[in-house]
Amino acid sequence: MNARPLSVFPVAITACLIALMTALSSQTPQPPALSLLSKDGRRPLPILLVGDQEFVALDDLAAAFQLTVREESIGAVTVSYKGKTIVLTPDQALASVSGRLVSLPAPPSRNGRRWLVPVEFISRALSLIYDSRLDLRKPSRLLVIGELRVPRITVRYDPLGGSGRLTIDATPRANATVSQDAEHLTIKFDADVIDASNPPLPAPGPAGLILGVRLVDATTLAVDLGPRFAGFKATSQTVDTTMRLVLDLLTTQTEATPAATSAVQPALQPAPDLPPSFGLAASAFRTIAIDPGHGGDDEGVKSADGLKEKDLTLAIARRIKSVIEARLGLRVLLTRDDDRNVPVDERTSVANNNKADLFISLHANGSMRPATTGAQIFLAAFDKDAAQAASGGGERVPAFGGGSREIELVPWDLAQTRHLDQSAAFADVLQQQFPDRVPLSTHPIDRAPLRVLESANMPAVLVELGYLTNAEQAKLLGSDAFQNAVVQSLFDAIVKFRDTLAAGGTR
Amino acid sequence: MSPRRVLAIVGTVVFIVVFAAVVFYAKRGLPAWARRAPQAVAATAPAPAAPPGRKIKARLFYVADEGTRLTSIERDVAYGESADDQAREIVAAQIAPVAAPLVSAVPPGTTLRAVFITRSGDAYVDLSREVRSAHPGGSVNELLTVYTIVNALTVNLPAVTAVQVLVDGKEVDTLSGHVDLRRPLAKNLAWVQ
Repeated sequence: MNARPLSVFPVAITACLIALMTALSSQTPQPPALSLLSKDGRRPLPILLVGDQEFVALDDLAAAFQLTVREESIGAVTVSYKGKTIVLTPDQALASVSGRLVSLPAPPSRNGRRWLVPVEFISRALSLIYDSRLDLRKPSRLLVIGELRVPRITVRYDPLGGSGRLTIDATPRANATVSQDAEHLTIKFDADVIDASNPPLPAPGPAGLILGVRLVDATTLAVDLGPRFAGFKATSQTVDTTMRLVLDLLTTQTEATPAATSAVQPALQPAPDLPPSFGLAASAFRTIAIDPGHGGDDEGVKSADGLKEKDLTLAIARRIKSVIEARLGLRVLLTRDDDRNVPVDERTSVANNNKADLFISLHANGSMRPATTGAQIFLAAFDKDAAQAASGGGERVPAFGGGSREIELVPWDLAQTRHLDQSAAFADVLQQQFPDRVPLSTHPIDRAPLRVLESANMPAVLVELGYLTNAEQAKLLGSDAFQNAVVQSLFDAIVKFRDTLAAGGTR
Repeated sequence: MSPRRVLAIVGTVVFIVVFAAVVFYAKRGLPAWARRAPQAVAATAPAPAAPPGRKIKARLFYVADEGTRLTSIERDVAYGESADDQAREIVAAQIAPVAAPLVSAVPPGTTLRAVFITRSGDAYVDLSREVRSAHPGGSVNELLTVYTIVNALTVNLPAVTAVQVLVDGKEVDTLSGHVDLRRPLAKNLAWVQ
């Protein structure tokens, strides 16, 4: 009597498990393979997704890189290449590379008879024993093997009144030649392959000027031209390791630029008479981080007619980047360049890790009183205990080769305490640029314990551009004229601040 | 031993114990359980046993007409037995809906879950999730919400020196992306007109 249910159970459980696994596997599509780029061409390397982590199979890596993989009796796995060895231990997110420990984002895992390792194993462990350079570009799903010239290409299109500008960055530097035929501009890069998959090429511009930008072959981009395209002017400049090609696109004369728009856009017009001021080589002021507030499901304040803070801040941040990079030759980093939610610490990390010289967080305000209007500039505020903790000083740590050295310890949450004077100096300069351009609040500069400013290890301000809860101001904030005025004010403030620093004014 | 003698010995022992206790507590002060009046409200409410309906005067904070600062008004708030109780009454009164022309910086629907005060004078105010989910956003709105709660306690209860806002029993980074709530915030009257 009992034998029957017992024999049914395993079958039922197995069936359920199979159904569950099928359901799970259908819900988690596997990510696209990694492309291995070498002098011999391009090969795919399959990627497997386990949880949020991307893995590669060790046997796939072994085949691609001539590695020997051996499972040891103690449970460890050794990966050898030309006498050098990596030891992996199950359940440990570490690898011993020729005796040196490196961390991995996840432990190696077993999938049936195959061993899987996190994809970062390639850059953190394998690259240390392999005899050619391995350059893992995870976002563009590329692994460049050896000394290939594979510049990352980013393309941006900015409408400028009636005309437009294409900005094409190649990092590391690669020269490009531009040619034109009836329907296209063709941009050919002096490289083995171009990495133009991330970020994706921008969507087509406004109908009539350009229709889109696409990849033609391994080293060539094509710009599809629209009916209003009349000509272009190409300029190239070098900023750090980037070669920047700027194509100012000219329109046919039949459509005049609206007078009202051109009147308030001096900053956005190409300035052929004023060469960009590149006398900055001697200056330490090179990088600006712009933080467009909110993003993704965090929309920020929303006006009655639907203007969202997250969209407004991103639009203005992009304008600032375009103008400052083109006219000042400074590097401008955006903490987000699309509509996504970026954690606060990641925003500050972008600025800190790239050693930005100035951090500007852009926001739009909200008040329970709809009549409230005006821009405000915020500086970080710390209580006395925090300020004392931040001035704790250095610590002696052991140094390689014996002895010790003193390192400066800056608590992450208090990094801004050392820069408050300069932050205040920039806030003052910015405030001076606003009158007549951007209406100011009755309290133009305030100090507050704002999370995004506290960890910024450079002069930092948060600018609330105006109140979206005020119907009239919301309309103003959404206008081209106002956004250009904000950009011009920030541009002028940055130039003044940079000049003050260069003159030793606030350092 | 005669009963009278036994009674005399017991009486002497009881007298000695009571006398010793009186001398001991006269020197050391009463034990904590015997001192019911909370330190924080001692100035305004010295009597330990309050009759129902007893009130204290408290200063509560609302959004000023100009919209970027708070304004304060004096209100009657229910008396609380302990400092925790009093803090609870003050926050409950502060976040209660108000009629125009007053405007509260605390989002409607926010309720108070708990208040704790530590020995070091930090108060933890645990609010319901509406304080985040119904928050309209904006640095100024968020600053005014936070400093409404911080100032309501630090201004009215001298024993409270700083306030940390919790949401649904947990520490939070911010309410709507701006003000750092990871540690207690001290009284700040710069946000009051």
